[in-house]
Amino acid sequence: MSSNRRNLPPVTGHDRYIGTSASRPNAARLTEGRGTYVDDIELPQMVHVAYWRSPAPHARITRIDADFARLMPGVVAVVDGAEMAKVCKPWVATLSHMVGMKSAPQYPLAMGTARWQGEPVVAVVAQTRAQAEDALQYLVVEWEPLPAVVDTETALDATTPVIHPELGDNRCFTRTLDTGGVDEAFARADAVAEITFQFGRHTGVTLEPRCQISDYNPSEKRLTVYHSQQAPHMMQDLYSRQFDLPESQIRVVCKDVGGSFGIKVHAYPDDFATVALSIMLGRPVKFVADRLESFTSDIHARQHRVTGRIAAAKSGDILAFEIDDLTGIGPYSMFPRTSAIEGNQVVNLVGGPYRHQQYRARLNVVFQNKTPTCQYRGVGHPIACAVTEALVDAVANTLETDPLQLRRQNVIPDDAYPCAGISGIKFEGLSHQACLDKITAMMDYPALRREQSELRQRGVFRGIGFAALIELTNPSAAFYGVGGARISAQDGATIRLEPTGAVTVMVGVGEQGQGAEGIFAQIAADAVGVPMSAVRVVTGDTDVTPYGGGTWASRGAGIGGEAVLLAGQALQQNILALAAAILKRDAGTLELVDASIIDATSREAVMALSELGRIAYFRPDTLPPGVAGELMVTRHYAQRDYPFIFTNGVQASLVEVDVDTGFVTLLKHWVVEDCGRVINPMLVDEQMRGAIVQGIGGALYEECLYDDDGLLQNGNMADYLLPMAAEMPDIDVAHIETPTRSSKLGAKGAGEAGTAGAPAAVMNAINDALRPFKASVYSQPITPEKILRALGKV
Amino acid sequence: MKAPAFDYAKPAHLAEAFALLARYGDEAKLLAGGQSLLAALNLRLSEPSLLIDLSCIDALRGITLVGSKLRIGALTTHTAIESSPLVAQHAPLLTLAAPHIAHRAIRNLGTIGGSIAYADPAAEWPTCALALDAAIVVASASGERRVAAADFFQGLYQTDLQPGEIVSAVEVPVRAPHQWCQFSELARRHGDYAIVGLAAVAVRQANTLTQARLVLLGVGAVPLRAHAAEQLIEGKALSPARVDQAVDALRDSITPVADLTSSAETKRHLAGVLLKRILSPVVSGV
Repeated sequence: MSSNRRNLPPVTGHDRYIGTSASRPNAARLTEGRGTYVDDIELPQMVHVAYWRSPAPHARITRIDADFARLMPGVVAVVDGAEMAKVCKPWVATLSHMVGMKSAPQYPLAMGTARWQGEPVVAVVAQTRAQAEDALQYLVVEWEPLPAVVDTETALDATTPVIHPELGDNRCFTRTLDTGGVDEAFARADAVAEITFQFGRHTGVTLEPRCQISDYNPSEKRLTVYHSQQAPHMMQDLYSRQFDLPESQIRVVCKDVGGSFGIKVHAYPDDFATVALSIMLGRPVKFVADRLESFTSDIHARQHRVTGRIAAAKSGDILAFEIDDLTGIGPYSMFPRTSAIEGNQVVNLVGGPYRHQQYRARLNVVFQNKTPTCQYRGVGHPIACAVTEALVDAVANTLETDPLQLRRQNVIPDDAYPCAGISGIKFEGLSHQACLDKITAMMDYPALRREQSELRQRGVFRGIGFAALIELTNPSAAFYGVGGARISAQDGATIRLEPTGAVTVMVGVGEQGQGAEGIFAQIAADAVGVPMSAVRVVTGDTDVTPYGGGTWASRGAGIGGEAVLLAGQALQQNILALAAAILKRDAGTLELVDASIIDATSREAVMALSELGRIAYFRPDTLPPGVAGELMVTRHYAQRDYPFIFTNGVQASLVEVDVDTGFVTLLKHWVVEDCGRVINPMLVDEQMRGAIVQGIGGALYEECLYDDDGLLQNGNMADYLLPMAAEMPDIDVAHIETPTRSSKLGAKGAGEAGTAGAPAAVMNAINDALRPFKASVYSQPITPEKILRALGKV
Repeated sequence: MKAPAFDYAKPAHLAEAFALLARYGDEAKLLAGGQSLLAALNLRLSEPSLLIDLSCIDALRGITLVGSKLRIGALTTHTAIESSPLVAQHAPLLTLAAPHIAHRAIRNLGTIGGSIAYADPAAEWPTCALALDAAIVVASASGERRVAAADFFQGLYQTDLQPGEIVSAVEVPVRAPHQWCQFSELARRHGDYAIVGLAAVAVRQANTLTQARLVLLGVGAVPLRAHAAEQLIEGKALSPARVDQAVDALRDSITPVADLTSSAETKRHLAGVLLKRILSPVVSGV
């Protein structure tokens, strides 16, 4: 990584770990295979469920005959939708601030009609998963095919069947945004570009699939759910409401989670079904999705058709953007975050880095008989960024201007903040200019252009593509809470001093592999004044941690980290106050450094933290009258200054296109990102690299391919192409740090920006390489065949 | 997914394996490296009642030079072939092709016998076997027989293997003097089944190829010889124009089967690109 350390003032009096690449405390456990994932947990009396899932995209279930299945070895129960509906209430996933949004009631198991291939219909519970699968083969389910809505382009046509007749049509949500003056801007423009983009439906593939153990104990009417999930308190609340249990009677435990990417922040029908089975049977029930189930029942994302236009003046000034976005979300809006957010984000984010004054957008979110879609890493950003940045490149080409120069000319200047973006989004402080300057130097841009030109003479076609981007992080309640979703925008941290001077930190935000627990340990160590080795972090247990929202929208460091900082600093104050009372000194003359209470002036140790702990916990009789140590402190933090704290960055991609085969070789990727204060440079770098690779997946490889009948054709790891190491470029990462003033820590999110920018940068690089042929490709994933077609070779 | 229950036998000798095959017939499946079979079992695409694990049968092992043939035992892993000096010396096409097979972890377990018997038309070994005019050695209780690769691969996952038979080895004619060979394939990710691939073997003198065998993978139900292109180049000094003719002939002569992301048209185009790239260095006589 290119180091940009460090003009920022320290966060605490003694920043020893914040800002360093400290090793994550959980790394050894996870890499040695000593983690505890859901499938590692075995409970007494536990049984296993396998779901019979709809083989058709739209079908009426006419008969379920479970007589033979029930006779199979080990079978405990066979349950259909109607039986389960007696235990679990249906839900409708809408948000009140998404005006006009509609969806239909959804049940844990399909009730008479299945609406996508993979929808759970019947549960078969047995002593082992293998026995449940054996019994599935003897379950007789008769069904009649119903006409399926497959193509989003015709989903709203009068002749297309309506998936939920009670909703009137197949529209979930629509939105228009118009600043006015758009037509005039296009009329006076010197250059206009229009492009129609296709984005392939894909999904977030986690190493550990979705899985859950529901353990309902009838004796105390108490439900414990071990879950591979990102938002344990959200699930606690949902189980409470759908099953009419007090939330205090529900414990959700997320131990180690093997990747999430947003896939595990939603409430799935089979989540509720597994809980319902445990309640019905009064014993623990385990569900572990297999890979085929993952591909047909994990949320999908990113299926958009966007027509975009850009207008610019001869001077190079961008005048206006206009987009029309059509996105298909499956037959239901997903619970509880809804499936209209992604399209809504596209509307909010298109044109985001730039200072044009006119913008018009239209969005249609439609139902279809395919797997439901919802929020996946980057949520709308990759679409918005690809549309924006491809249009910028196209108009730069028309104006014969260097695409980097056009961006430099049009980004909102670094001294213009705070200000609003064209869609109304609020920016606190961004650094587009500084990022563009830095990446230009990093990649030695002029030299690359010279090399590109020379190589073209020799029949080698390289391309350079840029993506300037903004990313929303640290969300306030504006995201979900104001729309009525009971998803916490605040988060809390509790820090307890142990008698030996160690500290235990309990945080509402959990760990799914990204290193959140590591940065919490860094922050707690500095805030309290102890070595990191003395810090233990506990997350993922609603019985233990403060209430919180969990992991989503790049909020872990910025929200969870701030709560840890505030709790740690408060605990340090309490420790120093107690030390002052014991030592009969003014607390202002003491500091806590490296688990030692020192004289602030002489820097000499006056009392070990362990001695304070011993006195406080075992000899309180020796404390002065009226003095008591409050050595466990909880603080909460909610970001309330802005709807979101935006970050920014720029990426660049260098590719070589083999114009005979259409194959793309990724030669190099650069990124300069500004996530505010960098708490751990190594973790931010790896977040960027991982996210960029996931973005490259969408740009070049990943797509859930459906046939014309609505059947998924590639529900396996051989045919669904994930990006793999051999094809990935080296990724150089550098940072600009513009801390947010909305928190003491100043950290913004860093988890999604890589995914947001990579598809745009790679697509632009490919089209830059194809420019001598006047060919271009705007359909992702960009396959060799699509490039060959653009070149007219097939 | 979990495989349905099956019985498991691990014979130490071929005779035991033949006896089990005789007793169980279609109900038995032979297990070598398991790199295709185990996935099929877990997907419940195959539900045998018995797995016969061949891994302890020594007669199926080893790479040996037998007269003018290189005999590669059926249990030889892709990795063993990739790193074998004997193979590099006597059948260098296999050395060129091996790195294209899947990933190292799969190459360490997967076997040539399994690949030949499974007969995936996009797999490397059936294609190489045909290009090298190899014989598939098939053993049964009644002895051994040899089937030319051209006759062995009969259709999609279909071979000449009869009930009770086991692929015991592949016999490759050792490299002739002046043998020229090339292997190339196009896969979107290294290690995937290729969109299209080409194995080429000929006798080369300067810019002239004779006895050329050009075999495509991934375009049909079986590895496909490009006879028309072979005839066009046979014994002629290669020029750019002749290479182009051969490419056109190749494209005209095949009717590829589309895969999920590549149409027949794309495969046809790419097959021609591979041929051109393999032949072009010969033109210059380098």
